[in-house]
Amino acid sequence: MSNTISRRDWLLSDAPQTRRQARLGAIYQGWLTFRSNKLAMVGLIILVLLIGMAIFAPLLAPQSPYAQDLGARLQPPSAAHWLGTDGLGRDIMSRLIHGSRITLFIVGTVALIAPIIGLFIGTVAGFAGGWVDQVLMRVTDIFLAFPKLILALAFVAALGPSIGNAVLALALTAWPPYARLARAETLTIRHADFIAAARLQGAGRLRLLIRHIWPLCVSSLIVRVALDMAGIILSAAGLGFLGLGAQPPMPEWGAMISDGRTYILDFWWVAAMPGLAIFTVSIAFNLLGDGLRDVLDPKGDKS
Amino acid sequence: MLNVKDLNVWFGQPPERVDAVKGAEFSVRQGESFGLVGESGSGKSTILRAIAGLIPTWSGDIAVDGKPLKADRRDRAFFKTVQMVFQDPYASLHPRHSVDAVLAETLRLQGMDNIDKRITKLLDDVGLGKGFRFRYPHQLSGGQRQRVAIARALAAEPRLLLLDEPTSALDVSVQAEILNLLADLRAEHGLTYVMVSHDLSVVGHMCDRLAVMQHGRIVEVMSVDALRRGAGEEDYTRHLIRASGGYQPA
Amino acid sequence: MTDAPLLSVRDLRVTFPTRQGSFQAVRGVSFDLGRERLGVVGESGSGKSMTGRAILGLVRPPGQVTATSMTLEGQSILNLPDRQMRQIRGGRISMVMQDPKFSLNPVMTVGQQIIEAYRLHAKAPRDAARQKALEMLEAVQIRDPERVMNAYPHEVSGGMGQRIMIAMMLAPDPRILIADEPTSALDVSVRTEVLNIMDRLVRDRGMGLIFVSHDLNLVAQFCDRVLIMYAGRIVETLAARDLHKARHPYTQGLLSSLPRLEAPVDRLPVLQRQDSWRDGETLMPHADTDLPGGL
Repeated sequence: MSNTISRRDWLLSDAPQTRRQARLGAIYQGWLTFRSNKLAMVGLIILVLLIGMAIFAPLLAPQSPYAQDLGARLQPPSAAHWLGTDGLGRDIMSRLIHGSRITLFIVGTVALIAPIIGLFIGTVAGFAGGWVDQVLMRVTDIFLAFPKLILALAFVAALGPSIGNAVLALALTAWPPYARLARAETLTIRHADFIAAARLQGAGRLRLLIRHIWPLCVSSLIVRVALDMAGIILSAAGLGFLGLGAQPPMPEWGAMISDGRTYILDFWWVAAMPGLAIFTVSIAFNLLGDGLRDVLDPKGDKS
Repeated sequence: MLNVKDLNVWFGQPPERVDAVKGAEFSVRQGESFGLVGESGSGKSTILRAIAGLIPTWSGDIAVDGKPLKADRRDRAFFKTVQMVFQDPYASLHPRHSVDAVLAETLRLQGMDNIDKRITKLLDDVGLGKGFRFRYPHQLSGGQRQRVAIARALAAEPRLLLLDEPTSALDVSVQAEILNLLADLRAEHGLTYVMVSHDLSVVGHMCDRLAVMQHGRIVEVMSVDALRRGAGEEDYTRHLIRASGGYQPA
Repeated sequence: MTDAPLLSVRDLRVTFPTRQGSFQAVRGVSFDLGRERLGVVGESGSGKSMTGRAILGLVRPPGQVTATSMTLEGQSILNLPDRQMRQIRGGRISMVMQDPKFSLNPVMTVGQQIIEAYRLHAKAPRDAARQKALEMLEAVQIRDPERVMNAYPHEVSGGMGQRIMIAMMLAPDPRILIADEPTSALDVSVRTEVLNIMDRLVRDRGMGLIFVSHDLNLVAQFCDRVLIMYAGRIVETLAARDLHKARHPYTQGLLSSLPRLEAPVDRLPVLQRQDSWRDGETLMPHADTDLPGGL
């Protein structure tokens, strides 16, 4: 059987024979949709490269990110230092490559913590309604009332400046929009007939929440997270710039811009190179989010 | 099988309270097929949802099998006796659950064993072959979705099926298939039906007796024979029958 | 045929590209519309609504409309540039959709919308437009037009909303009205009323009406002539009163699958679809059967 039909036909079959085929087929459909969005593919490729760069940083970086060479400080881009050197004579390219690990750490951690808090609070509020909804949403409003960076600043100031605390602060300030989004989705799903049907089978509230409501909220959250990722990177860079995130000599991109600020007019590359890196990664995440929206947004289900 | 007495259903709190059903009374015998007809907003679906326990704000008496129901709680035994099929098959299936997942979850919730075998049997019963088992709702047509919804309702092996306009979202040729299926299932499993519809001819085809509703009240309960003769006792009934006859040029 | 048809469509096709190749929603539809009520009947996916949209130039890309010809009173309207199409749409061909809730702008009063729609095409001064709007509301038998003018769409019932839509669409005196399931969101008791109003206005003005519906019986009672569509093609055209004499097995199947109050059956006959219907010939009435409506 598997010999007579191609793998593609097997995956795209309208009548899958097994659970596995159905699941793989659904994933493949999504992949085809995603692939047809060229810009999203560009975003994906950039991010794959970034991950590769982070994994193989010690192999890729021509020098140690911490090796100072005060004799060769503020060198413009050249054959020896492709992206030039900074104020302490460190190779900017090596620092950028190693910095990608920090960027990924920040992005990954925030992307794990914030949406999960948001999903939990939002769906519980939307599903339970009544006073639970009131209390949870007022708390959300309080968080939303502060500018994100200011709130993160306050957190870091209280916890002490370090990269870990910066991430925690960012995650704790980033969840309210997700909670709002998840709540709005839950409110529209809550009265759907398929929820009513599950209730008629005796499904409890916890099961409805986890099995029926979460899967539908998660997709829009993923899209939103991917689109917000650029903002998170910038916030992290902002904290780094203010000296409240990564501590010297860590090659965090935001902190690197901050270092380059003193020389920005005469030695532009010191600040511009990490800026360019942040810009590229931010845009990659935005493109990826756009593509994911095509795939995951339930409203896009046209077939 | 089902006794409804002095049923009132309302939505919202006093200043904006809307009384959707006012003093409804009817009873359905074991094995009977009972229709609720009326125009939109007449409260016919609301009665069904109140019986199913999807609307907690009601007063009066609803008894299934002689056992009175509580306002907000339904127990396991109730879900094993009463099930419901919804109007819109596009809204009543979870968009990310495959047919297999829907039926397996239902069977598990109902505490059934032999889940694999039962799923095959259920799909067979509603005229869907094995090939449909692992499909997602978007891979199914409207009629096929409604068959899955019927299979889900039958999974608990209920004796009373509440049908909320089960064919109004379907094409007429598919409607015929679903109505035939429902008739077959009733004969096979000895089911009792309460069917809501705005389409008098569908109710005339499926039911033995029917209640005509207007503005939340039951105007009259009549036999299908009387419906066919156009012999309503109330003006509204006769008006409704005449209007469903189709378009009459002025 | 007493005079030239208002609308003439030849070999209309609507194609959508899909991953598996292209999909034709409408596959070679040809018909003429005179001063008559023409019913277009079919099941969902038969291409009946898409035909109406194609005539109005409302098929969105990537959908493509092709035809050997599509003329409105002799003038070609096939794939006109957007600006010209907008002039025709609403001005010379109007459309009434299924649900007035979605076709009326919720944040404008009914009056504003009718006036706006009228002025867009008639270039009349505001006062005249207002006068016209009141007239139109009266024409669709709205008792208190002044009050309704100032009402917002959510404040009117479904039946009244649909009458307002008809008033709005007929204000610029179009030649053709395309009604896409105009009554399927309405209760049976208001349905007749809305149809009567539509019928009278269309007849008085000598307009052509294309009535798209899934309801065979309704179309048979309301229209002069019926096109039956299946899988993007017209499989049969008939005089409405001869519908019960339909010869195509699809039409016959559709008719017999409807439950009927006056003729109870134990089991409803189920339509057995045949592949040959997709590409078989179109059944036309015999030449000696005269068609009403000037054709």
